[in-house]
Amino acid sequence: MTATFNQARRARRPLLSSAIKHILLLMGAVAMLYPLLWMLSSSFKPENVIFQDLGLIPRPFTLQNYVAGWTALNVPFSLFYVNSFIISGLSVVGTVLSCALAAYAFARLDFRLKRLWFALMLGTIMLPYHVTLIPRYIMFFQLGWVNTILPLTIPHFFAVNSFFVFLIVQFIRGLPRDLDDAAAIDGASEWQIFWRIIVPLAAPALVTTAIFTFIWTWDDFFSQLLYLSRITSYTVSLALRAFVDSQDRSSLGSLFAMSVISLIPAFVIFVAAQQQLVEGVSKTGLKG
Amino acid sequence: MRQTLQTSPAGSISAVTPPRRLRASKEARKNLVAYAFLAPWLLGLLIFSAGPILASAYLSFTRYDLLSAPEWTGLNNYIVMFTRDPRFAKALQVTANYVFVSVPLQLTLALAIAIVLNRGLRALSLYRAIYYLPSLLGGSVAIAILWRQVFGLDGLINQVLALVGIQGISWIGTPETAVYTLVLLRIWQFGSPMIIFLAGLKQIPREFYEAAEIDGAGRWSRFWRITIPLLTPIIFFNLVLQIISAFQTFTQAFIVSGGTGGPVNSTLFYTLYLYQQGFSAFNMGYASAMAWVLLGIVGGLTLVSFLSSKYWVYYES
Repeated sequence: MTATFNQARRARRPLLSSAIKHILLLMGAVAMLYPLLWMLSSSFKPENVIFQDLGLIPRPFTLQNYVAGWTALNVPFSLFYVNSFIISGLSVVGTVLSCALAAYAFARLDFRLKRLWFALMLGTIMLPYHVTLIPRYIMFFQLGWVNTILPLTIPHFFAVNSFFVFLIVQFIRGLPRDLDDAAAIDGASEWQIFWRIIVPLAAPALVTTAIFTFIWTWDDFFSQLLYLSRITSYTVSLALRAFVDSQDRSSLGSLFAMSVISLIPAFVIFVAAQQQLVEGVSKTGLKG
Repeated sequence: MRQTLQTSPAGSISAVTPPRRLRASKEARKNLVAYAFLAPWLLGLLIFSAGPILASAYLSFTRYDLLSAPEWTGLNNYIVMFTRDPRFAKALQVTANYVFVSVPLQLTLALAIAIVLNRGLRALSLYRAIYYLPSLLGGSVAIAILWRQVFGLDGLINQVLALVGIQGISWIGTPETAVYTLVLLRIWQFGSPMIIFLAGLKQIPREFYEAAEIDGAGRWSRFWRITIPLLTPIIFFNLVLQIISAFQTFTQAFIVSGGTGGPVNSTLFYTLYLYQQGFSAFNMGYASAMAWVLLGIVGGLTLVSFLSSKYWVYYES
């Protein structure tokens, strides 16, 4: 009696418990995504409906928020978008190039003081941004770079985010040396080995670097707030903030609409490079 | 052939020296090439990290407003900070409260979900992706704006509460609750530590569990005796990472409070106060001192974690 009962229980349990698990996980997922979906749907609702409607289906459906939001700051939102893209794009190019160069040196070349520099590189990874913040600001101020995009982009060409140097070093160390050696015997210079062999093989690490640099720069608010104060040079982050400040309750719909638009690049990357993102996080502990 | 012909006069001398000189010049060339690759990073280190760190150490002992020359004031900034600045004390307290409430909750949730997901579930990658999305978007201004609305007086939360007849307050506008909306925002972003936990769980050999099950260990004791000890390095890693990043939270507090740290300084995060001192009041010496104290706190916490790790982190040897 007990035996059959136990058998039956054991047979039924995996199915039942996995169903319960799925239901709980789905509920959790819905609860987590609900605010995001609500914002998306609210951006298509007329202003006066947003506060009375919890639902996700916009009825009546309107694009008015997008139309109004686009020009709400007297400068078209497309300009902020272009500004953000320029800054993020330059940051990506600079970071990938300079970090890959340094990483190749650390991973494959021998040189004097290598250990010291490597230790310093690791040391700067955990350094809070704020410790260098004020002298950097003073330096850029004296160079006359405040209110230009230079303070936001030039440092990226000098591998300031040494975390990515480390990431790429680790990746290159995992690559077989045979190809380098063969190329060296054929008389290839270090530069040719780097450019023709290492860069193509290290592409996954470089893509991870590019993706996270892009998202971080796109989402950055603090340094953009410091360095950009003219509305024509505003980025998406700054424009949204200005929007919040000028907002009266009646423009909530347009605020949501522009917020949705600001999230599109990160979301596209999420959909397109999900596997890359997850691997990047799990292998290195990158924060999203 | 031409070479051998040409060497004859000087050849006898150079025939003795080449090995060493060649090696020396080869060595020099190797160094030169390596430093060429390293140059951008090295310049960056000097110009954008090392130099500024030293400069901010110096500035922290001065009064400086960006326009007139820095004036040496000794330890004054630090003394004021710890004895005469109630807003600094408040900022420290608000931030510490935020960090030590949100990070343990976030990591516990991350671990719990990771364990559920690790049990050979179908559609694992779908759940993983959905739970990760908030981590990816969470740092943006748009999400902070969303949060402001969700927890506002007539926001989403209060609309839900109204359905069951509860009249909610403005969670963002009430000093007692404002910071906890930001705590929730951090917990909401449990996806990235969850992914790191998942990677760690995958490393634990199946045989350990099977052996324990044969020995009659229940689910609970398997969790405490196998999963947790073997996961301690990952827990440790996540803890250090999240504490450091939580201490530097800025954007969310800035957007939610409109840059003030209000209501009644209840969301005055450390970095927000640093920003106000440095770039609203232009007390750049004072802000530099605050940055160094932040470095001390972050460094100290990391050090404590590392020292204590001997006692609770289990490394397979």
